[in-house]
Amino acid sequence: MTAGPERPEIHLLERELQLELEAAQPRIPRLKLRRPIAFILLIVLILVAWEGVKFLGGTPWKAIGAGPGTPVIWNPPFRWAFANDLNLPHVWNIAHAMGQPFQRGADQTLLQYLVGAAFYTWREAALGFVLGSLLGLALATVFVHSRLAERAFVPYVIASQTVPIIALAPLIVFALGQGVLAVVVIATYLTFFPVTIAMLRGLRSFDPRALELLRSYGAGRVGVFTKLRLPASMPYLFTALKIAATASIVGAIIGEDTGAIQAGLGRVITTFNQYYATGPEKLWAAIFVAAILGVTFFLLVRIAEIVALRNRPSIDA
Amino acid sequence: MSAAAGVAGRPAAGPSGPSAAVKAGRAVRGYAPAVLVAVGGLLVWELAIRLANLNAFILPAPSAIIAALIENWNGERFPLWQSAQNTIIEAVGGFLIGTTAGVVVAFAAARWGGMRALLLPLAIAANAIPIIAFAPLFNTWFGLLNPLSKMMMAAVLSFFPVMANVTRGLSGVDPGQLELMRSYAATQSTVLRKVRIPNALPYFFTALKLASTLSLIGAIVAEYFGGQGSVLGRMIVQSASALKFDITWAAVSLAAIAGIVFYLVIAAIERIAIPWHASSRSED
Amino acid sequence: MAGSADTAPIVHIAAVDKVFAGREGGRTTALSAIDLDVRPGEFVSLIGPSGCGKSTLLRVIGDLVQPTRGSVSVNGKTAEQARKDRDYGMVFQAPVLFDWRSVEDNVKLPLEILGKDRAWRAQRAKAMLELVELGDFTKHMPYQLSGGMQQRVAIARALSFEPRILLMDEPFGALDEMTRERMNDEVLRIWEQTGTTVVFVTHSIPEAVYLSSRVVVMSARPGRITRIVDIDLSRPRSEESRETPRYFELITGVREALRAGGGDVDDAGTPSAARTMAEGAVG
Repeated sequence: MTAGPERPEIHLLERELQLELEAAQPRIPRLKLRRPIAFILLIVLILVAWEGVKFLGGTPWKAIGAGPGTPVIWNPPFRWAFANDLNLPHVWNIAHAMGQPFQRGADQTLLQYLVGAAFYTWREAALGFVLGSLLGLALATVFVHSRLAERAFVPYVIASQTVPIIALAPLIVFALGQGVLAVVVIATYLTFFPVTIAMLRGLRSFDPRALELLRSYGAGRVGVFTKLRLPASMPYLFTALKIAATASIVGAIIGEDTGAIQAGLGRVITTFNQYYATGPEKLWAAIFVAAILGVTFFLLVRIAEIVALRNRPSIDA
Repeated sequence: MSAAAGVAGRPAAGPSGPSAAVKAGRAVRGYAPAVLVAVGGLLVWELAIRLANLNAFILPAPSAIIAALIENWNGERFPLWQSAQNTIIEAVGGFLIGTTAGVVVAFAAARWGGMRALLLPLAIAANAIPIIAFAPLFNTWFGLLNPLSKMMMAAVLSFFPVMANVTRGLSGVDPGQLELMRSYAATQSTVLRKVRIPNALPYFFTALKLASTLSLIGAIVAEYFGGQGSVLGRMIVQSASALKFDITWAAVSLAAIAGIVFYLVIAAIERIAIPWHASSRSED
Repeated sequence: MAGSADTAPIVHIAAVDKVFAGREGGRTTALSAIDLDVRPGEFVSLIGPSGCGKSTLLRVIGDLVQPTRGSVSVNGKTAEQARKDRDYGMVFQAPVLFDWRSVEDNVKLPLEILGKDRAWRAQRAKAMLELVELGDFTKHMPYQLSGGMQQRVAIARALSFEPRILLMDEPFGALDEMTRERMNDEVLRIWEQTGTTVVFVTHSIPEAVYLSSRVVVMSARPGRITRIVDIDLSRPRSEESRETPRYFELITGVREALRAGGGDVDDAGTPSAARTMAEGAVG
C-alpha cells in the first residue's frame, strides 16, 4: 500500500506534509555531504569523458612525456581532429608538464611559475575587490538615505554596466600607463556595481516594524543604520561579493593581457597561446590554474559568508 | 505564488490595471531626475572641455566622440560600422546557440533528477571560473580568424544562466500546484505543459536578459585575444594602443548601444510573451 | 440533504495508519487506527489541534497520501481509482490559482485536463462563477482579487467538473472573521444546491459546528479520532442559528472533547448511534 518507485510525486507531496508536521521540532543543521560528493563525481566524469574520447579517436597513445620515436602504447580506432594531442592533450601530460621547468633552462617548475603568476593576479584583483566593495557600500548608503540622489544616479549605475567595462579596459590600460593601476581600476569598477545594487536592496530589506521598534527606542539614523540596515543587508552583500570575486579576477586577467604586465596570469596565458603548437599542455595548465584561482577566491568569500551568517536560518542560495 | 496574492483589492481599476494616464504620470515623475542628470551631465562635460580647455586626452568631449564616430563610420583603418556588424553577429549567434543548448539541457535536467544533481556543481563552478581564460583555447579549436571562435565564447557565457534559471523554473514549482494537479490525476506531460513551463517563463526571460549582455561582452573580450580585424574588440584595442581615444570611445559607444538595443528587444518580447508577469509588477 | 443512516457510505475508512519516516531516522505517526464512514450528501468536519493528522486524513481520502496500513474506499472504489475518475474536488488553504491565467481560465483548468470540449468548458466555468457570485470577474487576473474572492474561484474550480465529494482543507483559515462567516454561508448554500458530500478540515470550533452534520474530533500524538459529535441544529442554518442555546452547547461539547482527547458520551448524555470509537482513544 505504500508508494512505490512508480509514483515519485507521492514522495514529493508526502515530504511536504511531513515537513509541516515536523515544523515544530527544532532542527540542528547538518553538514551537507552531498554537494562535495557531487563535485567530485562531476570532475571524475569529465576526466573519464576526456580520456574516453581520446581513447576512441585521438592520436596514438605514448608514455608520459615521451618524445617522437618512442613506442606506441595504444592506437585508437578512429581519428577525430578535436581529440588529437594538440587540441586535447592527455590529462596526465598536463600534470607532467606542471612538474617540468616552465621554459628551457628555467629554475622554476611550470606549477611554481603559474602559482606565482596567479598570486600576482590575485593581489591586483583583491585590491580592486576591496576598493570596489567600499565604494559600493558608500554609494548604497548615500542612495538609501536620499531618494532624490537614488532616482537621479542609479539609472546610470545600471547603464554603466551596459557599457561593458570590459570594453573600456583597453582604454583604461593605455590611458593609465599600462601598469598595475589600470588593472586595479578595472577590478574596482567590476566590483562596485554588484555591491551597490545588492546593498541598495539589502539596506532596505528589513521588516518595517523593526524600524518602528528602533525609533521607539529613540535610535537616530546612525543607530538604525548600524543596528538594523547593515545586519539585514549582509546576505545580499555576500551574494554580490561572490559575483564580484570572479568578476575582479576576470578583469585582472584581461587588464594584464591588454597591458604590459609581465608577471600576471593574463600575460602568461597569452604567451603560452602564442607558443601553443610547441607545448599545448602549458596553456591548459595555465587555464587550469586560472580556474583554480577563481574558484579559490570564490570559496574564500563563501567561507566568510558562512562565518558571518552563521547564526541565521539558512536560505537556499 | 502570485506576486500580490491576498491584495485587499477592489478590482475597481478594471481588468487591465490602473489607467494609462496614471501610469504615464508615474513614469514621468520617476524618470525625471535621471533624465535631468543625463542632459545636465552631457552639457557639463561638453562645456568643461571647451571652456576650461581640459585635457581631452582620455575623455574627449561628446562632440569629438560623435565626430570620430561619423568620420570612421566606414573608415579604412577603423571601419566602425562594419566592425559593429561583425561583433553583433558573433554575439547574437553565440546567444542563440548558448540559449538553445541551455534550454535543452534544462529540460533534460528537470526530467532526470540525477542529471540535475550533477549539473548543480557545474553551474556553481561556472560562476566561479573565469571562463574568459578559455578564449585562447577557443581560438585554437575553432580557428583564430573564424567568427565561430568568438561565437562559442558568447555561447558558453549565455549557456549557464539560461540553464540554471530554466531548471529552477521548471523544477521549483509551488508544491501546492503540484498537489492540485495530482488531484486531477494529470499526467506528467500535462503538468509540464500547464504548470512547469508557464512557471519557468519569467525565469527564462530574466536569464535571457542577462545572457544578452554577457554574449556581447563575451564576443568583444574574446576578440581581444586575437582574430579577424573588423570587429569592435580589435577596434577598441588598436585605437587605444594608438592613443586615439576618441575612436576608442566611439567604438565603445557602439558596443553600449548594441547592448542596450539587444536588451530592449528581449524586454519587448518578454512583455508580449508574459503580460501577466509584467503587469503584476506595479513598480520596478 | 443528508442521506439516511443505512445508505452505503460514500467514504469508508477502516483501521488506517499513516507513519512518516523522519529525516534523522525517527518516525512520526500521523494517523493511528482511524475508522470513519461518511454518508452521501453529508457535511462532515474534521477538527483538532495542530499535528493531529486532520490534513493528512483528508489527503488519505483524496489519494494524495498513501496509508501505511488499512483500507480506504471512496465511492465504492479504491481511493486511487476515485482520484483517477475525478470523483472529488479539493480546495486548499491557499487558493493555488495560476497567476498566469484569468479567473475564468483558472476555473477551466480541470476541464481542460479532462479533455472536455471548448463550449462545455466555457459554459461550466460561467455557471460555476455565477454560483460563487463572481460572474462579473471572469476576465480578471488573480492578483486583482482579494483573498476571499480567490478562494471562491478555487471553490468554483473544484466544483467545475461536478465531483461527488468536495474535500476542503482549512479553506478559510487565512481570512478574517467576518469574511469567514460570509464564506461559511456561501459554502452551505452551494452544498445545498449541488448535493455534494463535503469533508471539511478546520480548527475553528464555531465554524465546524455551524457547517456540519457531524464533527469528527481528533487529537494528536498519535493522530486519532477521539469523538464524533452529531450536530442536530436545524437546517437551513443562518445568523439565528448562531444565537441559539443549542449552538453554544454544541460548541462547548466539541471544545471539551478537544481538551479531554477522550470520553465516551456526548453532551446530551446519550451515546450517539452513528459514533465510531477508535481503539485506545483515552490519553
